[in-house]
Amino acid sequence: MDYGFTQLQTEIAQLARELAEKKLKPLRAKADHDEKLPMEVVEEYRASNLFGLWLPEQYGGTGGGVTDLALAIEELSKACGGLALPIATSALGGMPAFMWATAEQREKWIPALASGEKLFAFALTEAEAGSDATALKTTAVLEGDHYVVNGSKHFISTGEVADVYTVAVTTNPKRGARGITLLLIEKGTPGFTFGKKEEKLGIRANTTYELVFQDCKVPVANRLGGEGMGLLAVQETFDYSRPGVAAQALGIAEGALNETIPYLRTRKQFGQPVSSFQAIQHKLADLATKVEAGRALVYSLTLAMDKDYLKAVENALASGASVHDELKKLKTRRWTKESAMSKLFCSDTAMEVASECINLCGGIAYMRDFPVEKYMRDAKITQIYEGTNHIQRNEIAAALIKEYAAG
Amino acid sequence: MHIIVCVKQTPAGENVSVDQNTGCIIRSGESALNPFDEFAIEEAVRVKEKTPGSKVTAVTMGPPQAEAVLREAVARGCDGGVHVCGREFAGSDTWATSYALSQAVKKLSENDPSVLVFCGKQTNDSDTGHIGPQMAQWLGWPGAAFVRKLEAVDGKSVRVQRLMEDGYDVVEMPLPAVLSVIKEINTPRIASLKGRLASKKAQFPKWSAAELGCDPAKLGLDGSPTSVVRCFTPPQRASNTVKIQGETAADKARNLSAALKEAKIL
Repeated sequence: MDYGFTQLQTEIAQLARELAEKKLKPLRAKADHDEKLPMEVVEEYRASNLFGLWLPEQYGGTGGGVTDLALAIEELSKACGGLALPIATSALGGMPAFMWATAEQREKWIPALASGEKLFAFALTEAEAGSDATALKTTAVLEGDHYVVNGSKHFISTGEVADVYTVAVTTNPKRGARGITLLLIEKGTPGFTFGKKEEKLGIRANTTYELVFQDCKVPVANRLGGEGMGLLAVQETFDYSRPGVAAQALGIAEGALNETIPYLRTRKQFGQPVSSFQAIQHKLADLATKVEAGRALVYSLTLAMDKDYLKAVENALASGASVHDELKKLKTRRWTKESAMSKLFCSDTAMEVASECINLCGGIAYMRDFPVEKYMRDAKITQIYEGTNHIQRNEIAAALIKEYAAG
Repeated sequence: MHIIVCVKQTPAGENVSVDQNTGCIIRSGESALNPFDEFAIEEAVRVKEKTPGSKVTAVTMGPPQAEAVLREAVARGCDGGVHVCGREFAGSDTWATSYALSQAVKKLSENDPSVLVFCGKQTNDSDTGHIGPQMAQWLGWPGAAFVRKLEAVDGKSVRVQRLMEDGYDVVEMPLPAVLSVIKEINTPRIASLKGRLASKKAQFPKWSAAELGCDPAKLGLDGSPTSVVRCFTPPQRASNTVKIQGETAADKARNLSAALKEAKIL
């Protein structure tokens, strides 16, 4: 269903659909098997201008917002939730960079982010700091014009492949959550290396690495916002990035149905196509309804968010202030609750749809040479990353209780 | 260097249907860029990307709605396009069409010798493969058909591999020149987002026969030495499928090899 997309957004969806069919589908099984991100996919995304969908034209983007990004992620994920990730992870790493950067920092970092010349990635999680992100232990000590960073980050998507890492560190461990600061750290910086490459259940077409920092010197100019502003930047980023995870989940659910329904129409048992049984039909109807409900939630949210976001971007470009500061001036609301709802609902839907699709197809769908089981493996991560669904429920409930407490 | 690529709007799909009663191609369905032209556009754009200061112009001849293929060409990386359009061109066969297109190429090249023209191998509707070679003839320029690879190109000459039945020829020719390319030459890109946006805004001049300085006697039905007498889809060949019988797999294999020997295939 079209939720009132612009012509540009319709083009984005069309382009991503073509890429998914012609470029991703032929590569997905091998990438999943080999646990490698084929760089030709990244090249395709660059050539197609998909890294700058949510960035202004001034920096080489196409001037859209979260809707544009979500549409691309959804369409690409229909073919492969793993191969779609470089677009999503570069946006996740890039969002705090763009929204908290000064005008000068924008000039330095954003053109390469928008063109995809440099892939960004986001590094928050640590061994002891998962859902409790504030427990992070990676330290950054100020020494003159640079920080000295020590510690390690776990489970970093598009790790090793990405060029710039938006890393959450503590610049003041005594202050806990208020000691967290974001630094941009480039691959190749002395003292920054890659540790363990993870072997995963799903999204195996994306590389997941440990990042290791040992006396890694990072210029103060690479700091986003002030010291201690990192947690706020992370929370604001998640407001804008979680609909992207929701879109990935929707794409996975739709992709699973796209493989399942044609099979059910041709597969005959008891002398008739499996799709002719009412038990099967009602299940399909329920699944498709949930997917469309998810789409309605995601796109009504992103279209509403984009009104604020695009206005703040326009003001920031005119004033030279950061996008974050301009958002604050607009006194726009935070989208934490709805954003969490979109990820919660769509990721649970994706897991249910992908799992049910295996049930509907039967034994064949348990086999790796049939493309359905991979959707279930890929769906699982959407319930976990960018905040587990337990955390999403916490966020939603906290917002609800606050609303009612305010009367 | 000015790179010119000739494109055509044809019925969508690789197999074009023919009306069994009238013998005419069924054009009521969806139209699209001739699939073979995708390779011509891609090669033209690749040459542009490798040659600083060059540009690509797409040319099509056809009714007003054929402008859609010029937009597609711009989406895929061409800088602009011109539309040869007018009633006077209606009914042209390949000879008259190649005349009109060569007049457009002449006008675009403005006596600049650094011009390279690309065509697809053939169209999916009439399948003749005439246009490229005939344009070279009208223009008096060197040409090559069935080009499978561009080995080298600069502003003065081009060296290509031309597919032959028993291998390939390497042909070098001075510019201006006309090439028609086969699908082995490249893998066409998917139009980028910025290309798609540019194609929406692009404006294409419409050139009439008068503007091209065409001799009216060489256009349309009058200028077409060929006439289509009859057009039909040949009946499908009957297949003589023989099912190899046998109790076990080994029996079936034995019976198959016996049948193949009897047919003198083995």
